[in-house]
Amino acid sequence: MTAAVLIERDFAVPDIRCAGCIAKLEQGLLRDRRIAAARVNFTEKRVHLSCLPDAEMPDLIGAFTTLGFEAHPIGKTPDDADPGAETSRELLRAVAVSGFAMMNIMLLSVSVWSGAMGATRDLFHWLSALIALPTVAYAGRTFFRSAWRAVRHGRTNMDVPISIGVLLVCAISLYETATGGPHAYFDGAAMLLFFLLCGRWLDSVMRDRARGGVTALLRNMGTGAMVIDGGGRSRWVDATVIEPDMVMLVAAGERLAADGVVVGGSSRLDLSLLTGESAPQAVHPDDRVHAGTLNLDAPVHVRVTAAGGDTALADIARLMGEAAQGKSRYVRIADRAARLYAPAVHCLAIMAFAGWMIAGAGWHHSLLIAAAVLIITCPCALGLAVPAAQIVAAGALMRRGVLIKDGSALERLAEVDLALVDKTGTLTLGRPEAVDLDRFDIGIKSLILALAQASRHPLSEALTRGISAGDTRPVEVTSLRETPGFGVEARWAGSIVTLGRPQGGDVGDALATELAVDGKSVAVVRFADRLRPDAHAAIDALRGEGLDAMILSGDRAEAVAPVARALGLTAQTAMSPQDKLAAIERQAGLGHKVLMLGDGLNDGPALAAGHASMAPGSASDVGKNAADCIFLGDRLMPVVDTIRMARRTQAIVRQNFMAAIGYNVVAVPLAFMGLVTPLVAAIAMSGSSLIVVGNALRLKRAIR
Amino acid sequence: MNGLVFLIPIALGLGLLGLVAFFWSLRSGQLEDLDGAALRIFVEDEEEGEA
Repeated sequence: MTAAVLIERDFAVPDIRCAGCIAKLEQGLLRDRRIAAARVNFTEKRVHLSCLPDAEMPDLIGAFTTLGFEAHPIGKTPDDADPGAETSRELLRAVAVSGFAMMNIMLLSVSVWSGAMGATRDLFHWLSALIALPTVAYAGRTFFRSAWRAVRHGRTNMDVPISIGVLLVCAISLYETATGGPHAYFDGAAMLLFFLLCGRWLDSVMRDRARGGVTALLRNMGTGAMVIDGGGRSRWVDATVIEPDMVMLVAAGERLAADGVVVGGSSRLDLSLLTGESAPQAVHPDDRVHAGTLNLDAPVHVRVTAAGGDTALADIARLMGEAAQGKSRYVRIADRAARLYAPAVHCLAIMAFAGWMIAGAGWHHSLLIAAAVLIITCPCALGLAVPAAQIVAAGALMRRGVLIKDGSALERLAEVDLALVDKTGTLTLGRPEAVDLDRFDIGIKSLILALAQASRHPLSEALTRGISAGDTRPVEVTSLRETPGFGVEARWAGSIVTLGRPQGGDVGDALATELAVDGKSVAVVRFADRLRPDAHAAIDALRGEGLDAMILSGDRAEAVAPVARALGLTAQTAMSPQDKLAAIERQAGLGHKVLMLGDGLNDGPALAAGHASMAPGSASDVGKNAADCIFLGDRLMPVVDTIRMARRTQAIVRQNFMAAIGYNVVAVPLAFMGLVTPLVAAIAMSGSSLIVVGNALRLKRAIR
Repeated sequence: MNGLVFLIPIALGLGLLGLVAFFWSLRSGQLEDLDGAALRIFVEDEEEGEA
């Protein structure tokens, strides 16, 4: 190997499951001489490669495929610059610093509480100040910044009483220390910051983790294209560098990476992700085609007209922008509580100060009591109550294959009372599945399997999936050959067998494939988009949870009717994205909180407009971006589990709020009477936080 | 009182050492892949030699 400059690439590899996979990937990938180093990140299911510049993307993906893994390239730069991840890391550092300070100050404080006197006590107080003041300056920045922003705009939020409390407590304790007084609250200030930062950090980690999962999914499709240059040679380019007027060669079974016009060849395209229509559409030269559609039959040449961010239809993008505004008006439960809480805390502190001044205590004593009131009422438990419950719930759901984008989504999911469901890709699997395979005897099935295995065409993959589910083994065939646009051909027992497009014209526009031996048709397999295996049970369970469901589909009435009948749902058909949006707004006008379930580009505006929304992992990029929550796999039941979990989380959050209020009812009068010494404050604060976190952890068991 | 002159700096120093060690592990990426680290002990032949 020469000293060529290595390029770094990241891949999402969803199938990493065990230590064996790590070893296989890290050692196996190095066998390709162009790959210099490979490092697996198991937590994020990613592989980081350092490779020579001449390693093309399809070769790298091929290297994964030979090892038996499916890999999807992730953007070229590792997302170190991701602002969200940076925030979490900064918060974690602040948690560590305040944790260190809290423990060491507590060490000194315990000696003071257990009777250190005179010079020793003063020394300990000074040491505490030495640790606490830099800590407050460093770890408290988050709160001070946010409080300052709120105050400047004439508003108040939870961070205002926190900031005032911490600063006031530090100032008073410093004065106590300087004058040799008995009570310094440095430990209280550090502990308060530590607990609150824990809450903030949990919230931030939850958002990061879900976003990481969503980004990995988003890169699943349309990752690049074969582009033909002037000299007729073809090369692979990333989707990000495709430009208008390039000519893409789209093989059968590939998704289009950009919008364009067909300039050569004709084929049929699966539009289900785009329009919800289940029947494939024939395209010929000069037809317009859109990114995200799946080429089914034969390779076509497409001249790119719009690429990258421009591909999504402008209309849909505009509708989504408008629809999302309603959601941004939602105020999270902690902020709603803070609106009432912050003024109450300020009033209490001022009342305490004024009361003791009037009663004749000195300003120093009165200020000390006001500070104790602020410290005691500071929303230690409140700040932890919501994020602790939500991160436990999101973690439990993630293990079941549901990604929640943030805490607010979980709160909104708990409130929904009506489900509007898209058909293609949501109630159904959104991909062709072979129907009535059982009609054929085992000999024919094993012959079909032998041929279908050799091809990556979507119909072949459906056949392979359908047949290998039983215990059928493929027969031995020789000289396998795939002809794009026609099918697979091989020699078997002295005859030529083919699997490909039906030659007879009796299949209509339904998808079908034909097995022929020596040119004579032996079997015709039809394909249809099937309902998700547990669609019926899931819809029933939704009803059990008090959510009525209704189908909103872009497909034709004839295609929707069987599904609606099978599930016992009412349906509206042939709906444009605008129609779906209008339907949601009508229901919202009637006072319903709508849960939108959908996957396609045409569902984007509706997903953005719903009070909450979920999309399957197979959804379009637009759908996944717009939804609050993504569920993976073929089953629909995770939707119901998510709603149950969201409601349970909300119940726990409410219990936590009640516990926090109950604690205040006991502690505030004590603080008012001046009975809250630093020792009492420390016990009260850590006690209430432990109760709240312990209560949140109960959610972990709720889902099993 | 004399004992404190030694004990307090030692106690604080140990705590500080822990804090520095945490920051160091954070910066060198040791906390990036927690689940993977648990599994790597099962990987027989770490490729460190060739890398």
